[in-house]
Amino acid sequence: MIKTNSVLDAKGLACPMPIVRTKKVMNGLEAGEVLEVQATDKGSTADMKAWAESTGHQYLGTVEEGTVLKHYLRKASGEEHEEKKHEKVISNEELLQKIEENQKTIVLDVRESAEYAFNHIPSAKSLPMGELEERFSELDKESEIFVICRTGSRSDLAAQKLTAAGFKQVVNVEPGMSQWNGPTKKSVNE
Amino acid sequence: MTLNEMTAKEVSKKVINKAELFILDVRNESDFNDWKIEGENFEFLNIPYFDLLDGVEEIIDKIPANKEILVVCAKEGSSIMIAEMLSEAGLDVSYLKGGMKAWSEHLEPVKIGDLNNGGEIYQFVRLGKGCLSYMIISNGEAAVIDSTRMTDIYVDFADSIGAKITHVFDTHLHADHISGGRKIAESANATYWLPPKDATEVTFEYQPLEGGKVVTIGHTAINIHALYSPGHTIGSTSFVVDEKYLLSGDILFIDSIGRPDLAGLAEDWVGDLRETLYTRYRELSDELIVLPSHFMIIEELNEDGSVAKKLGELFVENHGLNIADETEFRELVTGNLPPQPNAYQEIRETNMGKITPDEEKQREMEIGPNRCAVR
Repeated sequence: MIKTNSVLDAKGLACPMPIVRTKKVMNGLEAGEVLEVQATDKGSTADMKAWAESTGHQYLGTVEEGTVLKHYLRKASGEEHEEKKHEKVISNEELLQKIEENQKTIVLDVRESAEYAFNHIPSAKSLPMGELEERFSELDKESEIFVICRTGSRSDLAAQKLTAAGFKQVVNVEPGMSQWNGPTKKSVNE
Repeated sequence: MTLNEMTAKEVSKKVINKAELFILDVRNESDFNDWKIEGENFEFLNIPYFDLLDGVEEIIDKIPANKEILVVCAKEGSSIMIAEMLSEAGLDVSYLKGGMKAWSEHLEPVKIGDLNNGGEIYQFVRLGKGCLSYMIISNGEAAVIDSTRMTDIYVDFADSIGAKITHVFDTHLHADHISGGRKIAESANATYWLPPKDATEVTFEYQPLEGGKVVTIGHTAINIHALYSPGHTIGSTSFVVDEKYLLSGDILFIDSIGRPDLAGLAEDWVGDLRETLYTRYRELSDELIVLPSHFMIIEELNEDGSVAKKLGELFVENHGLNIADETEFRELVTGNLPPQPNAYQEIRETNMGKITPDEEKQREMEIGPNRCAVR
């Protein structure tokens, strides 16, 4: 089960309606929120991808359940332009090396659960940004924690919050999953 | 201003008459780049419909005022929406009824000529996919060759001229389109002929079509001589009809030659292909009119929309028939292969009767251009 902020039922609708409706719902979402679109039009997958690319939204993936296609999209957030503040950082390559050397390296993925579902580092733990504070207790304050997101921006904020809460060895991963070349895993069947 | 519907048949007429048309194709860029309506005097603008949801103002000045305008999408829904917006903005526009789906499925019958004793031969031009199929008619009997899956068109056409379909042929096991041969044969109680070497894995009954076999249509003997001509597939068979027409299947086209790799055996079959084109075909009369199963480019169409040319002319003009050096020929044919047709493995399995996809799936499998030739 993939968590989303909103679900749009576009089942039974033919092109162009799935996209027309998606655009409307997307307009009402906050930046960074995730939408699940349920459609039965087979052409909708290609159109969702192309539409997202042309508008700057993130197309995360599609899950096929019987005749229903569930598309996952994340509203454009403009996060890339924010200034990063957490001092301890590590590059993707260095993190990959650490994981290869030590399977127990703690990687905390703070992206939305739908983003994580379609593409994540196999050993990474999913803890979406919005749930971070209420789930601090799942983490050990003394351990080294590598925080990752898509571009290094949300993880920067998460790293600051963790540090302020008393976590001693928090490192932000830059640039993050958007450029990750190491092994990845999916937790959904596409 | 006005909003009209244009049918695939009307677009076909414009292609054949080389008329002018401005096509606004609102599908994805990748779909457009892969496959579109082709016409010698057609102009194109590709802007996906989802980029126009907020209005068409930005593209109005890219659309010529003095040309007929056709909006095209995959199935018609998006093109109606965009055409309505353009119409509200003051333009006279049409949308393609049924979209590219209808375009892919439209067949335009063109009479090729008369045969001895009152017979006739027709070519069914599938402009949207470059597929050609044939009907030979004589004395109330008809034969269909290399039919598409739009079987009603042949059955209705035969009905309309009072002929009964008695024989159905496929020149080879097709990899680019789903054959309607078996379905027509079953519904008309006709004999279905297939080259046995292409039919080793088929799951249904057929009559083995072998070189030297003669099938007669009508009592007045329109003879169809089968000529074994391997190369595109191992079983590929050509037909000489009425000693005048050479139905060359996917072995020889007007401007190109068949590709030998769609069953995964390019290296093995390139020799057969050369043997067929450079030896067997050379023994035939130069006067035979070549009627292939495909065309690749719109320039291959004759004035009347048919695709046909004398064998003698092809020996002079077709590059694929003029490569003296065998090594060079091998390199052209195996080293220059275009991308394989969409879903060609599944199409082959469907034509063998191994899988039975529903109509929507079949349609999807056939999307895109045919890619049966090397040039």
